[in-house]
Amino acid sequence: MSALKIKKGSNKHSAYNLRPTFSDTIESHTLAIVVDNEPGVLARVIGLFSGRGYNIDSLTVAEIDHQGHQSRITIVTTGTPQVIEQIKAQLGRIVPVHDVHDLTVEGASVERELALLKVAGEGEKRVEALRLADIFRANVVDSTLDCFVFEITGTPDKIDAFADLMRPLGLSEIARTGVAALPRGR
Amino acid sequence: MVVQALKDQGVDVVFGYPGGAVLPIYDEVFQQNDIRHILVRHEQGAVHAAEGYARSTGKPGVVLVTSGPGATNAVTGLTDALMDSIPLVVLTGQVPTFMIGNDAFQEADTVGITRPCTKHNWLVSDTKKLSGTLHEAFHVATSGRPGPVLVDIPKDVQFASADYTPPQKARTDHYQPQVKGDMDEIQELVAALEKAKRPVFYTGGGVINSGPAASQLLRELVDATGVPITSTLMGLGAYPASGKHWIGMLGMHGLYEANMAMHDCDLMINIGARFDDRITGRVDAFSPGSKKAHIDIDPSSINKVIRTDIPIVGDVAHVLEDILKVWKSRGRKVNREGLQAWWAQIEDWKKVDCLAYTQSGKTIKPQHALARLEALTKGHDRYICTEVGQHQMWAAQYLTFEDPNRWMTSGGLGTMGYGFPASVGVQIAHPDALVINVAGEASWLMNMQELGTAAQYRLPVKQFILNNERLGMVRQWQELLHGERYSHSWSEALPDFVKLAEAFGAKGILCKDPADLDDAIMEMINYDGPVLFDCLVEKHENCFPMIPSGEPHNKMLLGEASTKDAIGSKGAVMV
Ligand SMILES: Cc1ncc(C[n+]2csc(CCOP(=O)(O)OP(=O)(O)O)c2C)c(N)n1
Ligand SMILES: [Mg+2]
Repeated sequence: MSALKIKKGSNKHSAYNLRPTFSDTIESHTLAIVVDNEPGVLARVIGLFSGRGYNIDSLTVAEIDHQGHQSRITIVTTGTPQVIEQIKAQLGRIVPVHDVHDLTVEGASVERELALLKVAGEGEKRVEALRLADIFRANVVDSTLDCFVFEITGTPDKIDAFADLMRPLGLSEIARTGVAALPRGR
Repeated sequence: MVVQALKDQGVDVVFGYPGGAVLPIYDEVFQQNDIRHILVRHEQGAVHAAEGYARSTGKPGVVLVTSGPGATNAVTGLTDALMDSIPLVVLTGQVPTFMIGNDAFQEADTVGITRPCTKHNWLVSDTKKLSGTLHEAFHVATSGRPGPVLVDIPKDVQFASADYTPPQKARTDHYQPQVKGDMDEIQELVAALEKAKRPVFYTGGGVINSGPAASQLLRELVDATGVPITSTLMGLGAYPASGKHWIGMLGMHGLYEANMAMHDCDLMINIGARFDDRITGRVDAFSPGSKKAHIDIDPSSINKVIRTDIPIVGDVAHVLEDILKVWKSRGRKVNREGLQAWWAQIEDWKKVDCLAYTQSGKTIKPQHALARLEALTKGHDRYICTEVGQHQMWAAQYLTFEDPNRWMTSGGLGTMGYGFPASVGVQIAHPDALVINVAGEASWLMNMQELGTAAQYRLPVKQFILNNERLGMVRQWQELLHGERYSHSWSEALPDFVKLAEAFGAKGILCKDPADLDDAIMEMINYDGPVLFDCLVEKHENCFPMIPSGEPHNKMLLGEASTKDAIGSKGAVMV
């Protein structure tokens, strides 16, 4: 006799994830991670995010100190406060990771992203695109008779806004670098 | 160069299996006598053996295997060691650097495959870096929270020569985890300990990993304060089972009194445990009324599952030493009345006698087999390994552990096939000890090829198989949670274990009558060589107590009779 009295034929008996979140608010955080520039280090960081089910909204990486073999990875991620804390602690465990900074909580910081947008159009639309680009301080970095490539730098929000305006004007391709960020002051 | 580095790291044994991509290293091994090489029969066995060696000595275990299939066969062992924080250094051969990426014969992306199942790994692309990397590997494996590391060495890198980097010159400063706990938090913990009415120590494998000093300090603290102590599966032996304040293992198959104490305590002091889901049960109902302190060397363990009020990042031994110092300097205070009432309550819970069973009739109860094994082996210099399943939980319940490093079991990953090779590793490290692997017949078959290893090295490992002809733990869950639909949980076509043992030159013993049990166990103990003990036990015995997943600690099932209606179907949906 089954101690749990499950009806024969019932199939509702699997619920692995019992973890309640301590708080439900989802926050977006920008993390700056200084790592040894060695093979596989980016794979370790990304593997951590995919393996543990964390989000990556944006990621940039480049060497910042050639002599010291160090790279800086900037990740924008979202999660509950507990998940964000876990992400930072888990990143800290990776052996070639030197420092993890949460720019979102460590005081004010500046964030910039660069994007290239290709806008194809003629006549009035082409003129309007140029006018808006001027307002957003986007530069024309390439031009053909029927196409512009704009370069714009700013916060991700600003780039989103610019891209939204360009869409009806013939936006055909966009390339974004992801966020680079630094804390303000010393 | 590899062998020199291993020698300088104090390695005396390597568990391995040769192949094309490691032949240069094997050639070095051949030409020396300082390091002993143990030839296993499967690379998974090599890793588990190294785990057994590491867990029973406190030293890192070392493994040497070839590229491709050698490396992929090691993956289960690596994952097991990562989950249980066992320090291992695994060396794999790789195809020569100029062939990497070409799908060469026996090429596998070993560092890619093992990245998520090692603490760290390296592909050595230049012989100049080889010895330094090996020393760094030992440093990373053993510092902070221990774990397995892997060094992948292409064959051309093995052949080339370069200057040797001695251990002192290797790069270690970049990885130096914090070992001292924060003194403010320690003060706060001691203040809470002085006032607590219902405190409990909840200790884990971290105490054992921290080293013998940690167990010693733990004993001192527990006995001086008089606070009850329970432990996870991985932490058994850190505090002696015969100790006055021991209340038994906690968790899914833990003791009633231990789990009730966890549920009802007002101060929980977690030392080197990680609030695993087998421990917490339903998280939102976990010990609802307690303040929680957590001592762990890994910051990511803190607040991962359970919100902690007093987090202390540091090595257990260091932190315990500071706690003791502070507690003594503040006048050795505890809440006497509170503790007295608390112990009275615990004594009451103990009366439930949750491990009681009745041995009657002609069939051996598995609990009885273990109780007799315990009685007949207790005085020995004894090491116990287990496989995974019901027998593992019964072993944890019915055997007792007086010292750390005496209990080797796969906790985090729950790897069937762990115990036999682990017992090989333990016996290598402790040639004169009585090493017993408590096994289930199904788990044991998963790495049975290691009987060849045991026979070759004349290792007197005792394989104590509780043979229920079932995947017992699976069968139990199917009975309790899946409407008694026993889908594929039989061990069909089992071998004749006695003949199997004899085929390998080992001794086989069959025992099915309770009346023969003691004599058979004595025969096993007294035989100087590997023994396969086939103990036929009750086929449908369930392992209790049990907290079904998704239930809090106070919703324990105690046994068939007492629990018929204990859980509604709502609890049953949880796993
Ligand atoms: C490698 C592996 N495969 C599957 C499982 C799932 N599993 C857990 S216990 C168990 C049954 C074990 O049977 P046995 O070794 O005979 O032990 P018993 O429970 O009968 O004592 C199984 C299949 C596992 N833990 N490990
Ligand atoms: Mg079985």
